[in-house]
Amino acid sequence: MTAVVYVPRDSSAVSLGADAVTEAIRTETASRKLDVTIVRNGSRGMFSHEPMVEVAAAAGRIAYGPVAPADVASLFDSNFLDGREHRLRLGVAGEIPWLKSQNRLTFARAGVTDPVSLDDFIAHGGYRGLRRAIELSADAVIAEVTKSGLRGRGGAGFPTGVKWKIALDAPAAPKYVVCNADEGDSGAFSDRMIMEGDPFVLIEGMTIAALAVGATQGYIYLRSEYPHARRALSETIATACSNGYLGANILGSGKSFELEIRLGAGAYVCGEETAMLESIEGRRGMVRFKPPFPALEGLFGKPTVINNVVSFATVPIIIERGAEVFRSWGVGNSRGTMPFQLSGNAKRPGLIEAPMGVRLREIVHDYGGGTASGSPVRAVQVGGPLGAFFSESMMDVELDFESVAARGGVLGHGGIVVFDETVDMARMARYAMEFCAIESCGKCTPCRIGSIRGAEVIDDIINRRRPRENLEVLRDLCDTMKFGSLCALGGLAPLPVLSALKYFPGDFGLAPRDVDFIGADLTISTSGAASTHAIAGR
Amino acid sequence: MDASKSGNGGAGWDARMIDEIVAGLAHMPGALMPVLQAVIERVGFIPPDAVPAIARALNLSRAEVHGVISFYRDFCTGRPGRKIIRVCRAESCQAMGAVALAGHIQSRLGVGFGQTSADGDFTLEPVYCLGNCACSPAIVVGDDLYGRVTPKRFDEIFFSVTSSRSSR
Repeated sequence: MTAVVYVPRDSSAVSLGADAVTEAIRTETASRKLDVTIVRNGSRGMFSHEPMVEVAAAAGRIAYGPVAPADVASLFDSNFLDGREHRLRLGVAGEIPWLKSQNRLTFARAGVTDPVSLDDFIAHGGYRGLRRAIELSADAVIAEVTKSGLRGRGGAGFPTGVKWKIALDAPAAPKYVVCNADEGDSGAFSDRMIMEGDPFVLIEGMTIAALAVGATQGYIYLRSEYPHARRALSETIATACSNGYLGANILGSGKSFELEIRLGAGAYVCGEETAMLESIEGRRGMVRFKPPFPALEGLFGKPTVINNVVSFATVPIIIERGAEVFRSWGVGNSRGTMPFQLSGNAKRPGLIEAPMGVRLREIVHDYGGGTASGSPVRAVQVGGPLGAFFSESMMDVELDFESVAARGGVLGHGGIVVFDETVDMARMARYAMEFCAIESCGKCTPCRIGSIRGAEVIDDIINRRRPRENLEVLRDLCDTMKFGSLCALGGLAPLPVLSALKYFPGDFGLAPRDVDFIGADLTISTSGAASTHAIAGR
Repeated sequence: MDASKSGNGGAGWDARMIDEIVAGLAHMPGALMPVLQAVIERVGFIPPDAVPAIARALNLSRAEVHGVISFYRDFCTGRPGRKIIRVCRAESCQAMGAVALAGHIQSRLGVGFGQTSADGDFTLEPVYCLGNCACSPAIVVGDDLYGRVTPKRFDEIFFSVTSSRSSR
């Protein structure tokens, strides 16, 4: 009987040596003359145990990890192919509490299946959503998505069904479906894990969207930093085409949908949807004015549905199982589950799909186990480089769109970065402005100039050059950027700055009363005099 | 693509190669990005002398092509080192010692960000997130991604890369 061994092809697992482990397993099976099939699965997202090797044994999928190439011989000596005891044995993979306690809907197959196998995808429930969508009317599909309460998982949180309805009702043709796979937010890797670990579900979700709104051409705008995702997607798109799941007359529906990958070129701002459209059209990634909104006038001026990877990847299960199943999870207007991504100085980082409204403490402490360094958690940044920093005393905040917004932050893509005691929050605030300056598209002045001035002013405060006066300038700059910027890059860059000031004033050499102008929801009470300072410079 | 064949600043491309690339892709809507990416793939950088031909073939002005090249980090106009080392400078990696790691790598290579080592072997570039945040800090050497990189692990990677080159 052929034994089946799973070694992730996920790029994070590979970055920790998964390819070398695969090689070692091959060498060992050859020298022992064993019959072993190696499946390169996705990652389950438990990165403290990667590279995590699994074996299909009588008791289920037995996991071992983290496995180094040097461990492989001893695994064979211990008969790990039968799931036997070994110091790296973690038990049945799906029963590991860190995984079992999660609510995996979008990520149900990630780490379980062979990502590039259509048969495996279908055997695990794949394409059931598309088949049901073909039976339903376009309106019924969109109504189901709307009823589910799904809101964009890329950061903005716009109701997905509403967006689709606008595109459906738009009279112009042709229509496009574009997947924003420019996952540039640091601390975000859920899109990458879908594309590497279950790429067919993204294709299925985009196809459902295309059929629903009447689009015939789709693009996946993928960041160039993700070559592993590119390979997995290219392979699965070709497979879907040759099996009638893409191309002309999809599954006999009479409808066509072509799908193409377009690569980014290292510009963070192209994750902003209108800059992304500019880039696909072959121009500088400069943000467009809105309106018109892309659902009406998007790619090449035509109606365009734009969603991020996780949003599209969540649609198939909603259509397959019905809106109520998804809706039953979550809180308030934040329905369903969210794939939170824990990283930075976390002891047990990874992908945690949990219902909306889970507390920050549960992610950082229960799943994450605190810091990797073992020293106390000092700060946590939620929602990417433009998200707010929270302090250890704010661990009760619930992670859903409204609750995070009530504290002045953004849920964003659900990335959570942990910092230990050694972090200098003034440096982090400066970095936020510096990052904005590097990545600004330059179209609007508040972002282009404000971010550079912001970094200079924070330097002045750190170096005790007229700190009180410069704090006034910073206050005014943040206000201008927040309300005057064209898109979220300049508009949200003040959030990490204001939250760092508010919760960690000592790092700037300031007293808590100095930052009284920042509200509990990070709103700024402005003073009229400040603007003259900003103009006058230093 | 092996940039080493043509040496630093050598030819490695000619007008016909550029014409060929453009001809194969010009039919695409919004062809400029795929064209520039294909040039990078084949040549290793975008030769400024190739810009007029690209512009002509796509019915764009040279200014438009230059504008796109100068906007995107990936579109370098000079030949990079034989291997590009990208070091993530984003928050998650910072939380795990990326600042110290970047300093170590700079002193090991003897260059700063955006520079190429004197022997033409390595170009050091910053990158803002590789999606490997759960295994911070992360770097890319050539085509290979590495996670949980300490200064010591970098030295091991660097040694294996340099020794595999000299033994070739």
